[in-house]
Amino acid sequence: MDAFMELFREYDVLGAFLVNIELTLWSALFSLILGVVLVMMRISPISSLRTVAGAYVELFKNMPLTIIMVFMVLGVYAQLKLEFSDTFATNFFWLAVTGLSLYTAAFVCEALRSGINTVPLGQAEAARALGLNFMQSASLIILPQAFRGSVAPLGNTLIALLKNSTVAAAASVSTETSSLMKEMIEFHADAIVQIFLIFAIGYVIMIIPIGVLTTYLSNKLAVRR
Amino acid sequence: MASKNNESSVLFDQPGPKGRRMIRIANWIAGVIFAIVVVLILLRLHNPPDGENQLDWELWRPALEGEAWTDFYLPGLWMTIQASIVAVIGSVVFGLVFGVGRLLPNPLARAVSAVVVEFCRAVPVLLMMIFFWRGFAFAGIGNSSYWAVVLALILYNGSVVAELVRSGVGNLPSGQREASLALGLTETQSLMQIEVPQAIFAMLPAAVTQLVVVLKDTALGSIIMYTDLLQESRRLGSMYFNILQTLVVAAVIYFVICWLLSRLAEWLPEKMRSRTAAPTEAEAVAPIAIMDPSNVNQIAVAKEVEERRFSAGAGERQYHVHHRGSNASIREWRRTRYMQGYDETHPESQVDPLTGEFPAALRSQRKGKGGFGRSESKGSESKDGGKDTAK
Repeated sequence: MDAFMELFREYDVLGAFLVNIELTLWSALFSLILGVVLVMMRISPISSLRTVAGAYVELFKNMPLTIIMVFMVLGVYAQLKLEFSDTFATNFFWLAVTGLSLYTAAFVCEALRSGINTVPLGQAEAARALGLNFMQSASLIILPQAFRGSVAPLGNTLIALLKNSTVAAAASVSTETSSLMKEMIEFHADAIVQIFLIFAIGYVIMIIPIGVLTTYLSNKLAVRR
Repeated sequence: MASKNNESSVLFDQPGPKGRRMIRIANWIAGVIFAIVVVLILLRLHNPPDGENQLDWELWRPALEGEAWTDFYLPGLWMTIQASIVAVIGSVVFGLVFGVGRLLPNPLARAVSAVVVEFCRAVPVLLMMIFFWRGFAFAGIGNSSYWAVVLALILYNGSVVAELVRSGVGNLPSGQREASLALGLTETQSLMQIEVPQAIFAMLPAAVTQLVVVLKDTALGSIIMYTDLLQESRRLGSMYFNILQTLVVAAVIYFVICWLLSRLAEWLPEKMRSRTAAPTEAEAVAPIAIMDPSNVNQIAVAKEVEERRFSAGAGERQYHVHHRGSNASIREWRRTRYMQGYDETHPESQVDPLTGEFPAALRSQRKGKGGFGRSESKGSESKDGGKDTAK
């Protein structure tokens, strides 16, 4: 027990978790926006939009996240000189958020599409019969129901995103959990199991409430038909 | 493809001449915008601020020539594939052991398996990899990064496979179990000899999907110095200062392999359907979260409706989808179905749920209400979906 306390005093473990939570929340926001845009494109009457959105989803679904993160730092930043900020830490943080958002948007799009599949045909037909055009029927009728139908896959995507935020280590974010764990093990090799348990249990503690909340919400929000 | 078009055409009217012209114009505008984006990216590549021209053939040549393939990409790819195959085999074994463990009659075995599976699903793979990497190195095991990659992937993906096994068994019609119990098998025997073998066939396509996940996750190994494809391409790139180009080549290799595997996973369910009584699915529907938050049932209902609409008459499901779902019990499927309005024991008096046709005896009474049968059957269909989520 003393060893645990010692580790907590010496390192900012909670701060590292906070970095991961920040990464997750920003990426969740941006990937949700991008995901909604993509799913609208995928169901739109304009075939070029459909093709581009489909290609985007296929591309990012079949691409390792690690290579995207490495590409963000070594390709986009180092070679193409795209910067978010002059401070290294802030710059890498936002590069990591960009990589995570681009990657997760593909999965958000798929989750919403499975939600759209749960909306009965009659809803769309009724919307058309009332004279709504595509944008109106999509934003007023289809998507609100699709969101309620895709709470569970979206929750799973959020959990995956939280876990994936550790891959920000590949984008040189050095204050997040996996980097800190590596550093701690480097200097406290004798307490390796304790260190791993601290971080592992930290993630279990964060993920259980999301899981419980998702279950609750997906039952509560499901459209009863 | 056909289903995608249909799905989208539901949302807007079949366009008339005016609408078609609008769509054509919008198509052109969108196409031009995408072309401009591509051109902007190429310009940036061509002339980054105080950097080299990234489109220069001098940079691309070392990334594409024969030596790059024989000395870097192919050995790296071999390491990636090696780790993926060992990890997939290991995770299937792990998944079978703990998936069956969660179904055994013994409560202690169930509890232990549940804790192991839920723990392994919640911890990020990268943390496990770093832990095993340093742990193995301290324990003096050679090649510690390889074993760390393999073991971490086995633990995570094995726990997903365990959930697939569990849902595969849960999705079998309970007649399978009842029949084996009636033949005098014990519960464990029935599980091992009758239910699990069928569940394996049902989960095979999902296991192929999981292979894609494994292959993608081996790239995490580059963080712990495993010399996989990503790591090799980074090494090549730092030799010739063309890291962007080598990363692009590596990304294309990853994409092609994963894409082909995804297509295989989509094709497999057709093959597997004849070998099991459980529905086969391409997606790994085993939910990531604890307590199984998943609306697989809702999705499945929607899919079944779609399936029925678009694949007229081909390969109809034998069992209704609402018996699916990883934690859904289907012990009472016959009774549920009866409660939802279909009496299995008197099919001659029932509206056929698959075709929506009225039986001959009722059809004469319903004359004059043309097309009524069809709409009523649709109504009951969506009611199934509602009941299902209410459970």
